[in-house]
Amino acid sequence: MNKIQIIVNGIIKENPVFALLLGMCPTLGTTTSAINGLGMGVATMVVLMCSNTVISLIKRLIPDMVRIPSFIVVIATFVTVLEMLMKAYAPALYASLGLFIPLIVVNCIVLGRAESFAAKNSVGDSFCDGIGIGLGFTLALTALGAVREILGSGKIFGFSLWSEDYGILAFVLAPGAFIALAYLIVIVNKLSKKA
Amino acid sequence: MEYILIAISAIFVNNVVLSQFLGICPFLGVSKKVSTALGMGAAVTFVLTLATIVTYLIQNYILNAFGIGYMQTIMFILVIASLVQMVEIILKKMSPSLYQALGVFLPLITTNCCILGVAITVGNGDYNLQGLAEPSMLSGVVYAIATAIGYALALVLFSVLREHLELMDVPEAMKGTPIALLTAGLMAMAFVGFSGMV
Repeated sequence: MNKIQIIVNGIIKENPVFALLLGMCPTLGTTTSAINGLGMGVATMVVLMCSNTVISLIKRLIPDMVRIPSFIVVIATFVTVLEMLMKAYAPALYASLGLFIPLIVVNCIVLGRAESFAAKNSVGDSFCDGIGIGLGFTLALTALGAVREILGSGKIFGFSLWSEDYGILAFVLAPGAFIALAYLIVIVNKLSKKA
Repeated sequence: MEYILIAISAIFVNNVVLSQFLGICPFLGVSKKVSTALGMGAAVTFVLTLATIVTYLIQNYILNAFGIGYMQTIMFILVIASLVQMVEIILKKMSPSLYQALGVFLPLITTNCCILGVAITVGNGDYNLQGLAEPSMLSGVVYAIATAIGYALALVLFSVLREHLELMDVPEAMKGTPIALLTAGLMAMAFVGFSGMV
């Protein structure tokens, strides 16, 4: 597989949200608006790219028995770095994503890719896989955030489409997250079966 | 009194799964049968309580005492991972029957984000949303136990619904996760009804 194939594979065929159904907590929890979804997606992508690269670099040095704890430490380190950077340069986004930034550590996508891809492939490929899966995750979160924002408050990326009075409050609250994601997966299922 | 309010708030109003979105993966993964849902609920309650006590002590006597609060994420995930491992070993030796009941679910718990999420919330003292009680060890533990009960409640209710869903005629594209998510959405809607109670 060349590099471009790896990236496209992460976005479409192995899309973490729609195809692999991993990382559901941040997907549901942070997508109250398109911009929050985008922020969370990019944050996860950065961690994924860094952790994939480093884990691929050190994969021969780690004994098999302590593989998982070592991966977790690498991931936790990058999450901490990201947390500090966001606190300093994007405090508003950090405040709205809140708890879900430290929780990137236990996001199944990051550990899953480390275990299933980075531990077996070359550094360049692992980096591209990080970009691909990260982009797929970002796209899914932004799409879900946009749907919830339009239906819930009549806005997209903060631009008003119609009066907020026509918004359905449930889509900003918790139930809307489950329902919007369910229908997005249904649409993806339908499209991918026809193609 | 304030402890009862914290408990009601954590179980119903701010339910960990249905309004805070923590621990969704096991919520969707192990909810196909009521018996497994009960086992997972019990295992989460057990580990969450222990983990909260340990991480509270670490937060206050190590991280805060030495001013290294930025190490929180790394420290907590390592402590939780080793705690789960330790609990598994001890249970195997001390209480084989309990180990039989919880055993399969214990390794799954390390990646359950509700454990780390609650540990961080209690460590930062953020659970006291309505100014109910001063953050302290006792109120933190009450919050942790109540959160775990809320988790078990949501999981068991959801598994009951899913057992019935198995018999239903569901459209092809909605089979599996989509219909489960829709069901969870309707449950979350019911739980929104509790808001404003505390």
